[in-house]
Amino acid sequence: MLEIKAPGLATTVQDLGRPGYYHLGIPLSGAMDQLALTAANLLVGNDANAAGLEAVFMGPEIRFTENATVAVCGADLPPKLDGEPQPIWTSFAVKAGQTLSFDYLKQGARAYIAVTGGIDVPVRLGSRSTYALGALGGHEGRPLQAGDTLKLGQGRPAAAGRSVPEALRRGPTGSPVELRMLPGLYWHRITEAAGQQFFADTWKVANEADRIGYRFKGGAPLEFVPREQPFGAGSDPSNIVDACYPYGSIQVPGGTEPIVLHRDAVSGGGYMMVGTVISADMDLIGQLQPNTPVRFVEVDMAAALDARHERAAILDQIRQHLS
Amino acid sequence: MRYSFGGDEHIFVEVDESMSLEAFFKALFITNAVRDKAIDGVTEICPANASFQIKYDPDKISPDDMLAELKSLEASAASAPSVIETRIFEFPVYYQDPWTHETLMRFRDRHQDPNASDLEYAARINNKASVQAFIDAHAGAPWFVSMVGFVSGLPFLYQMVDRPRQLEVPKYLRPRTDTPKLTVGYGGCFTAIYSVRGAGGYQMFGITPVPIYDPKSEVDYISDDTMCLFRPGDIVKFKSVDRAHYDHVTEQVAAGRFAPKMKPVTFSLDDFNADIDGYNKKLEGVLDA
Repeated sequence: MLEIKAPGLATTVQDLGRPGYYHLGIPLSGAMDQLALTAANLLVGNDANAAGLEAVFMGPEIRFTENATVAVCGADLPPKLDGEPQPIWTSFAVKAGQTLSFDYLKQGARAYIAVTGGIDVPVRLGSRSTYALGALGGHEGRPLQAGDTLKLGQGRPAAAGRSVPEALRRGPTGSPVELRMLPGLYWHRITEAAGQQFFADTWKVANEADRIGYRFKGGAPLEFVPREQPFGAGSDPSNIVDACYPYGSIQVPGGTEPIVLHRDAVSGGGYMMVGTVISADMDLIGQLQPNTPVRFVEVDMAAALDARHERAAILDQIRQHLS
Repeated sequence: MRYSFGGDEHIFVEVDESMSLEAFFKALFITNAVRDKAIDGVTEICPANASFQIKYDPDKISPDDMLAELKSLEASAASAPSVIETRIFEFPVYYQDPWTHETLMRFRDRHQDPNASDLEYAARINNKASVQAFIDAHAGAPWFVSMVGFVSGLPFLYQMVDRPRQLEVPKYLRPRTDTPKLTVGYGGCFTAIYSVRGAGGYQMFGITPVPIYDPKSEVDYISDDTMCLFRPGDIVKFKSVDRAHYDHVTEQVAAGRFAPKMKPVTFSLDDFNADIDGYNKKLEGVLDA
């Protein structure tokens, strides 16, 4: 069992997600950095889809009541065991009675804590992931609080000291971070000049950056192609008749601050979207801190699929390395 | 129809820029056809008001093949009769309730008309003689659930009347940070029932005592398979009720003795368009049968 002594900022139970209910407004949820959770699970001998903990910006403090193997992947949020530093992207043994805590965040935004056997919360609509907005899944449908206890599932403990090679520890690089996107959806609603400016500007991650979506600021407001607003759309030029929002879609309410929807996305609404961040770069968004400079880079479908395959190849290499 | 790739995992299809029952029906038919075809790799099928979206795994079906599938289904949907088997619900609404009123008073600085209530404002800009006349129009004709989403189980509803009789209200100037759970709200030409408490921009008209989202599996009449009461294509008739009735239903719900009145029904768009008021009367007759 895990006893939560301090919860961190917004630590939630997440697996790889809950597909199949988006048409009812229930989003995927699951780890924002899917590769990092997968790697952490493989390190401790779990299936990729076992539930772990997603800690954002600040780690929790957890007392273990049983022996377990643990791994922390994703953000550089340095783990400590009874105060002793432990490596990230590496499995380590925890004995009953020991306490896992974390140092200050050095890089990235979200750390994934996997424990042998996985976190054994009830499966809801096919997943253990927390969807806090809908009070669904995870531990009582909410982020962890001090005093919570979490059961562990049955697992075969993996050896300590197994590690993901540094070259396979994928995360955002460079400054500004480049997020690749496929223009589309309602791209035709903005002028050609506005479209060029959108890609030329360097944006910064705003403070409103969470599991629902990431807001960006600092770029020029978008200029819209004039039109008479269609019936039911609303009066603002950025309004559309409420429609579905793709994961990764970039909506621009009022034409000012783009929002990229993520795993706890609102499933639809009345704001136009200029395109969609490609699937390969969604993990990277989950590792962005507020104020990080970002540029949106236009790609076509062929490039999006190439990037998707490159990411899948990294996951394959991690699997092979740990098998 | 306008097709667009939403990254490498979605295809987004705008049936029409404007809202209409015809556009909604087309989206519903094609998404039903996609579901029936059980295409390998399709993971989410989402009809919306006048558009729809498919999420798929491009490792299983290529974006171009997925697009071709949708276009071929569009062609066959065009010739299908506009008839669906669906459900009609009666939903009690306590209009002008104290809870949404308390909330709207806290956010007057975000509203177009700080000196009026949301209902007074809506009545005035829709040229209704009184708030009661507006409520009579809102509860007077049934609504289609034209989309479920935004958050879990939240229905968008479009009223089954001709365009001149559609009620239209803008959203708040700036969204509220709070909306009571089960608020009956209005934005654009849509009613929404807020399934959870939270932020919102729709005008607030009243509240229903009937839960529509059940993440803890406490409500008998909501299926554990979806946790959401409504699905796109459902028909809803609102019934204006007073405080005593609201309290009674709330108690019955808490005791596990309540289920909303619901009947299966066949809906034909052509028959509806031929005689809107007459057809709506028949639908209400189904509820009372």
